Amino acid sequence: MDNWSLVSMCVLLGLTTRWAVSFNSYSGASKPPMFGDYEAQRHWQEVAYNLPVHEWYLNTTDNNLSYWGLDYPPLTAYHSLLCAYVAKLINPAWVELHTSRGYESSSHKLFMRTTVLIADILLYIPAVFLYCFYLSNGSSKKKVATALCILLYPGLILIDYGHFQYNNVSLGLALWGVVGLGSGWDLLGSLAFTLALNYKQMELYHSLPFFCYLLGKCIKQGLVGRGLFLLLKISLSVLATFALCWLPFLSEPQQVLQVLHRLFPVARGLFEDKVANTWCSLNVLIKIKTLLSRDAQLLLSVTGFKSILLPALPVCLLMNELPLMATWFLLVSTFSMLPLLLKDGLLLPYAVTSLAFLFLCVYLLSALHRSSQELHLGSCYNLTRGSLFLPFVQFGISMAAMAVLSTASAALEPPARLPDLFPVLVSIFSCMHFLASLLYFNFVQLTEPPSRRGQKKTN
Amino acid sequence: MASPMNSDSGWFLALALGVSFIKCLLINAYHSTDFEVHRNWLAVTHSMPVSKWYYEATSEWTLDYPPFFAWFEYGLSHVAAYFDKEMLVVRNLNYASPATVLFQRLSVIVTDVVFIYAIKEFNSWSCAIYRCCKCLREDKGKELLWKPSFILATLLLWNFGLIIVDHIHFQYNGFLFGVLLLSVARHFQSKTDGSVHWKSFSPFRFVVLGSIVLTTFALSFGPFIALGQIPQVLSRLFPFKRGLCHAYWAPNVWALYNIVDKVLSMLGVKLGMLDINKLPKATMTGGLVQEFQHTVLPSVSPLVTLICTLLSILPALFHMWYRPSGGRGFLRCIVICALGSFMFGWHVHEKAILMAILPLSWLAVEHREDARTFLILSTTGHFSLFPLLFTAQELPIKILLMLLFTIFSFTSLKKLFRGRLVSSVEATYLLGLIPLAVICELVYPLTPWHHTLPFIPLLLTSIYCALGVTYSFIRLYISLLTVPSTTSKGKCQ
Repeated sequence: MDNWSLVSMCVLLGLTTRWAVSFNSYSGASKPPMFGDYEAQRHWQEVAYNLPVHEWYLNTTDNNLSYWGLDYPPLTAYHSLLCAYVAKLINPAWVELHTSRGYESSSHKLFMRTTVLIADILLYIPAVFLYCFYLSNGSSKKKVATALCILLYPGLILIDYGHFQYNNVSLGLALWGVVGLGSGWDLLGSLAFTLALNYKQMELYHSLPFFCYLLGKCIKQGLVGRGLFLLLKISLSVLATFALCWLPFLSEPQQVLQVLHRLFPVARGLFEDKVANTWCSLNVLIKIKTLLSRDAQLLLSVTGFKSILLPALPVCLLMNELPLMATWFLLVSTFSMLPLLLKDGLLLPYAVTSLAFLFLCVYLLSALHRSSQELHLGSCYNLTRGSLFLPFVQFGISMAAMAVLSTASAALEPPARLPDLFPVLVSIFSCMHFLASLLYFNFVQLTEPPSRRGQKKTN
Repeated sequence: MASPMNSDSGWFLALALGVSFIKCLLINAYHSTDFEVHRNWLAVTHSMPVSKWYYEATSEWTLDYPPFFAWFEYGLSHVAAYFDKEMLVVRNLNYASPATVLFQRLSVIVTDVVFIYAIKEFNSWSCAIYRCCKCLREDKGKELLWKPSFILATLLLWNFGLIIVDHIHFQYNGFLFGVLLLSVARHFQSKTDGSVHWKSFSPFRFVVLGSIVLTTFALSFGPFIALGQIPQVLSRLFPFKRGLCHAYWAPNVWALYNIVDKVLSMLGVKLGMLDINKLPKATMTGGLVQEFQHTVLPSVSPLVTLICTLLSILPALFHMWYRPSGGRGFLRCIVICALGSFMFGWHVHEKAILMAILPLSWLAVEHREDARTFLILSTTGHFSLFPLLFTAQELPIKILLMLLFTIFSFTSLKKLFRGRLVSSVEATYLLGLIPLAVICELVYPLTPWHHTLPFIPLLLTSIYCALGVTYSFIRLYISLLTVPSTTSKGKCQ
């Protein structure tokens, strides 16, 4: 079968899955007075459309920052403005200043979901296919299979089309950055990544690898001559992009500070929403809260449930080479968001997409049948040789445990003394897996022969 | 390392599971009144004694399927009790709690297992045919995506019409079609050539066949015969008070007949041959009403449709009787009978086109000309189902799934038969569906006529598709009458 027909069918499958998930509820549905992320995005459209630019990040009578104040960089605001223009054409009541607060209707939901779909079609999905076809190895069928698996990663679908967010924009731009760098178009790549950074500040997590890679490339080409020239070109284009995005705010230094203050809020706590990270798990053992001051805690880790999507993207890109570990990590990452998904009423799509993803990856990428060499155990191979199938057994046990925990979280009532039992259990389970993944991916990265073409980023 | 897509065993399971996952994701999609129909039937069969099943009329959706389906609902209702007992109360009209929706949707998805099993059996029967003779459509040695068995399984499992009618609109066609497919497969699994020669006719076999049929009917209708309720049951099963055409105007001969009548009457008024005051009001300004009164052309009664249907399928039946051509001929006859009933039947629902498209899939992977007919029939037939899902939320789903199925069917069959299948005229006609879709779904709702003449998109869809369906019917008959019958040597057909 021709490539184009296979690719189109994969795209159609990806889009169908996304749209079917969008039938379900979104965050904060029918939950006044604050609602949720869906209302936040709608509110940003309202603010961006009705207020002048220099008031977007300011606390004014017209813009109460305690009600979903803008806390993403300017590109999100511009995107919201664009959506608002369309919204105004369809139904002005959706973005009417003040009166549209908490607006909910089926047609509005349709509109919002459509904006996410369009962003996917324009940004994320093309990037995925470009990556798979130009930057990964294997037959064309294998590339298409990999692309399909990436497209059906449940975490991103559930957050963007369920909970409601635009992670596909920032991740898509970051992926364009990867594609650019991998293809040797450093300027385009750094431009795309800069835009991603200006869309969501969380992309800072990805910025170090980008920076190191580019710097390394410049040094390799010689810091006197071509390397320097490249470095200058990239720096200038990055600065120019930043300047363009922040242009309306550059007139006053006060403005810039205010925006930065909104982007990196020191007021939020470390333990917001019992997030699956090290600190949450450690807190069970040591009451960190009492040991460290608030700001210190925050400096150690600023994160929310959805930040797991950031390492998830590079892991998606590794699916071709490390199918078992990638699938494992990605499933755990989705599982780690279970408390959030349950709160949003997304149990059914969570269960279906996770099972489908597990089955698809195992079948298409034969994740379980690769030899242990593919697991890059290298010198550890001799140690584990006796228990060759151990990783697969561990994988099976891990999946079973997640299934049990998911069912328990959904079906059972926690004991009265431990009301947060299930979220905490999910958190600890996921955290252990993430730490193990951190060790594993670092090990792989450090033991990889340097001559390997197309070095991929790992987190 | 061999890619798993080349392995012999896993791909069928992958296809079946894949489509089942999609069906699960559609659980929270729009469902039509058919959902309430089946909930009502669950309630009636569970809460009422058998004697009342065909008399119960609390809900407007009375039981209008034969008794075996009623027993099927009765069986389901016992499982339903574990999900939500309230759905089994007859008086709870339009009850649709999340547990009810989940149960009903899951019941369709789970009973589709019969359909999946039937396809597997059908495929293995087909493979048996291929192994016994060196047919052109050999499975071995081909890459997975080009294998006829893979293509056939996908065309059946992922059939667009079945997915949207069963799993969105809400029906049990997959399960029912699975039973039909199983009976066909089983019938031919016993003999490799599948033919029944007149020579081997024996009164004994005839009596055995007859008694099997009669026993089945007896089991099904027995209780109602004993209760003396047959007239009531029949009146529920065949409500001829409904009009010639279903509200959505299935794309059959009568839709064309109606439109010709309407055009002629309008012409007649314009040319002064007809007096506008004498015409029944409904025909001029009304929408797609069920009781369509014809003005210029003669009115059509149920008897007329019955005669037309019989006339349309008799040639095929005689052909099969006198010149049997094995499994392929039998399937072709089924397709023609299904399509004939669709074309000329009384109050045909557009879902009935699936009864022709599904068996045609098998012929399509076998024979080049049938592939061509299949592409035309399936594309137009599926498109004619669009009006069934009229909600804005489901619009992307139906477009995406339709594109998925259409792209797959065209590219896989093209690859299988190596070369262009449809002619330029046919391709142009099919491509014309795209602007038609744009007009009906996007442009027309934005015009002022959307409120005054809301039936126009339905009309356009019906008429346009009726042309394709009629053309396919003619092509099928031509291929039936021109395909050579079984030779004495060849065992496969």
